[in-house]
Order: sequence, then C-alpha cells, then structure tokens
Amino acid sequence: MAGDYLDRLRREGRIVIVGASLAGLRAAETLRAEGFTGELTLIGDEPHEPYDRPPLSKSVLLGMASPRRTELPHRREIDAKWRLGIAATGLDLAAKRVRLADGDEVPYDRLLIATGVRARPWLKEDEARLDGVCLLRTRDDAADLVQRLDAGPRRVFVIGAGFAGSEVASACREKGIPVTVAERAGAPLVGALGGVIGAVAADLQTENGVDLRTHVTVTGLEGDSIGRVRAVHLSDESVVEADVVVVSLGSQRNTEWLTGSGLGAGPRGIACDAGCRAFDFRGIVTDDVFVAGDVARSPHALFGYQFLSLEHWGNAVAQAETAAHNMICHGADRRPHLWMPAFWSSMFGVNIKSVGVPPMGDQLMITQGSLAERRFVGVYGYQGRVIAAVTFDNARWLEFYARQIERGAPFPVEYPTMDRRPENRQPVAADFPDPSLPTHGPTVTLSGYSPADQQLVFHPARH
Amino acid sequence: MPKAPLFRQITDFAHRADPYPLYEELRRTPVLHEEADGPFVISSYWDIEALLHDPRISSDATNLAAAGADELSHSDETGGLPPSFIRLDPPEHDRLRRIANRGFGPPRRPRRIEGMHGELEEIVAGLLDGLGDARQIDLVDQFAYPFPVTVICRLLGVPREDEPRFRAWVDPIVAGLDPDSRTSADSARAAQEARLQLGMYLSGLVEQRTREPRDDLLSDLVTSHGPDGSMTMMEVLATAVLLLIAGHETTVNLITNGMLTLLRHPDVLRRLARDPGLSVRIVEELLRYEPPVQIVPQRTCIADIEVRGVIIPKGSRIWLMLAAGNRDPERFKDPDRFDPDREDIQHLGFGSGVHSCFGAPLARLEAQIALAALARRLENPRLVADPPPYRQNAILRGPRHLEIAFDGLN
Repeated sequence: MAGDYLDRLRREGRIVIVGASLAGLRAAETLRAEGFTGELTLIGDEPHEPYDRPPLSKSVLLGMASPRRTELPHRREIDAKWRLGIAATGLDLAAKRVRLADGDEVPYDRLLIATGVRARPWLKEDEARLDGVCLLRTRDDAADLVQRLDAGPRRVFVIGAGFAGSEVASACREKGIPVTVAERAGAPLVGALGGVIGAVAADLQTENGVDLRTHVTVTGLEGDSIGRVRAVHLSDESVVEADVVVVSLGSQRNTEWLTGSGLGAGPRGIACDAGCRAFDFRGIVTDDVFVAGDVARSPHALFGYQFLSLEHWGNAVAQAETAAHNMICHGADRRPHLWMPAFWSSMFGVNIKSVGVPPMGDQLMITQGSLAERRFVGVYGYQGRVIAAVTFDNARWLEFYARQIERGAPFPVEYPTMDRRPENRQPVAADFPDPSLPTHGPTVTLSGYSPADQQLVFHPARH
Repeated sequence: MPKAPLFRQITDFAHRADPYPLYEELRRTPVLHEEADGPFVISSYWDIEALLHDPRISSDATNLAAAGADELSHSDETGGLPPSFIRLDPPEHDRLRRIANRGFGPPRRPRRIEGMHGELEEIVAGLLDGLGDARQIDLVDQFAYPFPVTVICRLLGVPREDEPRFRAWVDPIVAGLDPDSRTSADSARAAQEARLQLGMYLSGLVEQRTREPRDDLLSDLVTSHGPDGSMTMMEVLATAVLLLIAGHETTVNLITNGMLTLLRHPDVLRRLARDPGLSVRIVEELLRYEPPVQIVPQRTCIADIEVRGVIIPKGSRIWLMLAAGNRDPERFKDPDRFDPDREDIQHLGFGSGVHSCFGAPLARLEAQIALAALARRLENPRLVADPPPYRQNAILRGPRHLEIAFDGLN
C-alpha cells in the first residue's frame, strides 16, 4: 500500500539533500516541521554551513558585513548528518545511491537535488588563473574580493553588466575605487530588464563615475611577469590597465555530476514537474527524486506552462518548501510550485525590484513616476496582457502589479494611476537583445516545453 | 424601528469598548455600500491590503466626487495650512515624505530612533518613579500620555512646558477626525481653526530654528537641502503639525490598549515581567489585535475599480477597516486570540504601501520600552474597571482613562 510506504518513509525513511545552501536548508527544515523523523543527510561541496549570498555583492563588499558572518538563520533544529566540503559526483537512480567525491556512497529513499548554480568562469583558463582575476558567487570569493578592494587597487575591471557586475561596480564607486565595466550589449541589465530600463541603469553608472564601455567584449586578460593581471584588452582594441578583474558573466547550473544518470538534466538545469518531481531524460516523471532552487526548471501556469528557471532567493525558499512538503505527503495533498518570480537589487543608492518575467515582455509602459527621475514603475506586456513589472525606488506599488500578472490583466494599462506622466501614455518597445547572443544573462530563463534538455529556446519578441 | 445602517454604527459610541463583533458583521459584506452617498466600507484583510497598494487609490480629498456628508472623511487639513503628506498623493507625497525622512531615518539618519533608546528608558523610569507612594493610577493621564508627548517634543524640538497650550489645539483637531454626525460641521470648523492656531504656534519655533538650527527635527525640516530641494514654509508647518499630533496621539492608545490587553492576559504579563525581550512580539501582536488606528477613512479612487465583483465608481469614499482586517479569519488563524507567539503577524496596524506609518520605528520602540517597564515594575497590577471608559473617537480608538491598582513599585 502506498499509504504504508509513506508512513514508513515519514517515520524511518532516508532522505538525502544534495546542495547545502538556501534551498537545501529550508527543505530540511520543512521536512522536520512537517513531521519527518527519519534519517536526513545534507551534502554540500563547500566546507561552510549554509550562508546567505545576496549580501556578498552588497554589504560585504562595502565592509558593512563580514563575509564570514552571513550564515543563514536556522528556523528550527534539523537533526541532520552534514557531509560538507564533499561534492556529489554521481547518481545511481536504479540503486538509489548518491556517489561522493571521496568514494563514499549514500543510499536514499527520497532525494532532493538543490545543487544550484556557480559563477561562469573566464573562458581562457590560463588568463583565468592570473592573480587578481576574481569571480563572485561564494563566501570565499567575497572574502578574497573584499581583501583586494581594501588593498586600494588602481582600477577594478568588471566583465559583464548584469545585476552582480553592476552591484560590484556600485560597491567600488562607494569605496572610491576607479572602475571600468564592459558589456557586450548596449547597456547594463538589458538581459534582465531590456534596453529602455538598461539606458537608465547606464546613466546611473556613468553619473556615479563608472567608466562604462558598451558594445564591447573582452578579448584578453594580460598578466605581468609574476602572474598578476595588469590589463584588459577589448574588442575595440582599447586596453585598460586594472589590477582586479571581476568576471561577472552569469552562471552555470551544477548538473555535470548527473551526466549519464538518466535524469533530464543538462546545462539549462534539471526539469521537474510543478510538484518538483524530476523528469528523467525520456520525459517521464520520477517518483523519488525532487528538485528545488536555482538548478530547477519547472513549468509555470502563468507563463504558458513553459519551463522556467529562476535564480531568485525567494524562489529557492518557496520551491524548497513545496518540494519538501511533496516528498513526504500523499499524492492528493501535493502542492504545485506557483511562485511569482520576484527579485531585488540595490546599486548606486537605488532599490530595484521586479515581479513576473520581464524578458518575456515585448512592450513596456512607465505607469508611475518617470525614467528621468529614476523613480518609476515599468510594466511589461506580452500578447495583450501584463507579464512583468519593475520598480526603481518605488517598490511599494509592486504587489498591485503582481496581482495584475496573476489575473492576466490587459496590456497596455489604460486606467489612470498615481503619478502617471503625460509623456507615458503609450507603450514603447521593451528592447530586449536577441537572447541567443551570449551576455550576462537574465535572472529568469524560459526554456520551452521540453522536459528533456533539448535546445528549444523561447525567444522574446524582437523588433 | 429599523436598525441604523451598519456603516453608521462604526461611529456609534456603543461599540467603542468592543467593536470587534461589529467588525465581524462588516466582514460578512466585504464591500459594504448602504447609501448612495455613503462610503464603500472594506473590511477583509486581503482587500484592504490590495487597496493600500493600488495606484488608483488616492488620499487627496480633491479627488472625491462630492465632499461633505461623510462624518469620517472631514478633512482636518482644510484650514489655512496646505494638506500634509498624509493627505497627498505621489509625487508630492513622496517628495515631502522623503524630505521629512532626512532627519528621521535611513539612509541619512539610520540611528536617530535607535539612538533614543536610553533617553526613552530614562523618561519612562522618571514617570514611574514620580508615582511615589500611589497604589492606584490612571495610566493614561499619568503615563501613557505624558511619555510620548515628552518624546515627540524632544525629537521635534518643541518645549515640553508648552504642552498645555498645544493640547488645547490638538484635542479639537483629533476630535474633528471623528465627530458625532450631528455636530460634524461644527467640529470640522473647530478643527480647521485649531490646526491654523497650532501652525502659527509652530511657526514661531520654526523661525527660530531657521536662524539657529539645533539637533532636532524642526531644524532638519527647515535646513534640509537635499536632492528634493527644500520644503516651503507652509509645507514645513503642515508637516510639523502632522508629526506633532501623529507622534503622540496614536502611541498613547498603543500603550494603553497594550496594558489593558496584558492585564486581561496575566500569563503574558508575567512572561513579559521576566523577559523584556518578549515586548517586541507583544507589540507586533498588539498592532494586530488592538491597533491604535482602526480605520483609514480618507481614501477615494481615481478610476472605477472592482473589488470582489463590486464596482466602486471613481470619486467614491472608501473606508479601509484596518482593525477588521486584522481579525479576518481568512488571514489569521484564531484571530480573536491574543497570542504573541504567532509565527505570522503581518498586521495592518501601521497600514501598508506608500502611506504606511512614518513614525512606526519610534512607536514600536516607545511601546516596547513602556510595556516592558510597566510589567517589570508594577507589583501585582489589577484593572479597577473593565471595560474602562473610552474616548469618543472611532478611528484613534483607546481608553480615556485606565485605572490600575497595584501593591507597590519594584
């Protein structure tokens, strides 16, 4: 009987969570809160207890918080076996075992995969090894970068003007450090928010003293005689001297360890159903393997049931809670993961928040405030309905727009709103770049309808 | 005789000591509209929360289709002074609030309120020590009123000894917010006159601060020259009137409602006496359970909007029943139970959205310090009368007096 199996699982089963960061921790806590009394194992490749990442590119770089003190608060005792500092290297679905880098194997009755993403490294390995070439994803990355910034570099060079890169540039300027930012597209944040909002972000950078270079790529990093980076070569043939280079080219999903396992896992993540159950490579849903957090791609009802990957803090928490709940409940009690995509950032003293999926939008309307004042609400439309919204220093209205997205409210926004400016009565093209061009990447990725990792890429409308 | 329409019962004094059964009745009709010119009364948590974030909702009385006839939305601010930011919409609201905030909170003064912690504890200790050998006090007159008045005077830079003068103006302004329907026109006029008088009184202080700035909020208001520019003199006065009144009237009720609730829940009171840190959770739960501002009556809409299938026409009066939403069983489990151990206390006590309470950090700190001190120092405190006598006001609801007997001071 399925019921008997579940009762036994809840009482004395073995649950293994691979990935000991935000999603893994919150899932573990939810399992215990919902009455799981069996054996719980958390496996993580970093040697640290779960810690919070958003401060690493903000308060930590500014010296307002220590990179060693961003541990995530525990909501409750989880009584788990921790296997920290050891990466999972393989999965045997048939035998229900996770292989570890030290050769050990951990058996499970149910498995949660929450291995997240890592920073995309500089593609030329010899250049990436130069002293002063940094990534920013982990706590150790942050500790290293803070030290280099505190040493008073002559110039910091940031490759890629996505959110992370822009936040690093903001921290540098706040510390009075000269900084150059190179972006392949026409403006910062274009992958996530489009060219119209990107232009505002560009003004914000240049006004704060960032040397912003757009429509350029980095062709090479040059080292000195003792292996320290000293200059950056750009596609426009200019050369910028810098002694710290921050590579901020988006992220890669940690799925390599699942190669050959038979799961529907690939470079774009691990496909799972709305209940967080992983698909195998044939598109058949598995019973005992669940997925949560940045590494998951799951279909979303609000966005045409396309698979959606979200590198959002709130999504990791919500999906982990749903996955954990579904791992130990009866089929009829399972919940779908229907999180409204939402993220925030802060740079150059401006608070940026967004809901929905901006890159899906083809048109944009400023419904409140003004771009010129850098305090506004921008609403994205797709096929006649509201699909996303972004605010600059106007976050308190965002809940309203989240509801509009949920209801599939019509676009353009015809009704009057507080602080609607006469020049903003008509929508304009949102101006997203061709998504097939590699750039820092949006924080939301739509990846078609296939549970297997075929190259079916959703293309936002272009003009 | 037919019963009065429900919405008229909101101002009926008979409900003041316990308005919650009435609110429960209100929630049965989530969008209540009983008379053609009457307000649309919204009483469910999710609806209130949605409207507080709705960019089609206005706080500006000039967007009302017809002024007057509504006893709750009589402006307290139609006198000689321009409206303060509480009665304005973006972008004017945002600009004035940002300028006011420069002297009050982050990013420019992140420690202004936190930095008053020791000073607040001293004021509280002084008031309690001053009770001498008394074994029975009126908590309102002897503690819950003088404490926040002293605090707001110091913060703004208004001489404490002027309290009897400005109280004579504050009382009619507050009464004007919530007059009995039969005398509304008179009390509205009295409120306007009082607001002008209070503004004139404050203008003397403001002129002085323009010449010799000190470390107080009045000085910050007149000397602020940030990215938003400066306030005009009239804007400074309107803001100062708002901060002076809002800075203490609501806190009196938060502290008094708080002590009343604790005396009705002696187990929680005993826990607080042992663990002053519990005051943080207690104050949050109080803001849900007995919020000092019960109703937001000054909203309208700048377009037809739909709430639960009901169309609210443009220019209608909208009353948001915060205290009813706070007891909504669709939002809170066991909503009528006072339970500081709740995991989830996302209350509407300070409102929400762009108009959410400006002074919330100060009000929280004052109430936490006051209640922790009362719990620790009053020996065996008891209510002398339950329910206590209430003030008339339905919006700023709280006891007029709260007689407490006790065996001594620790």
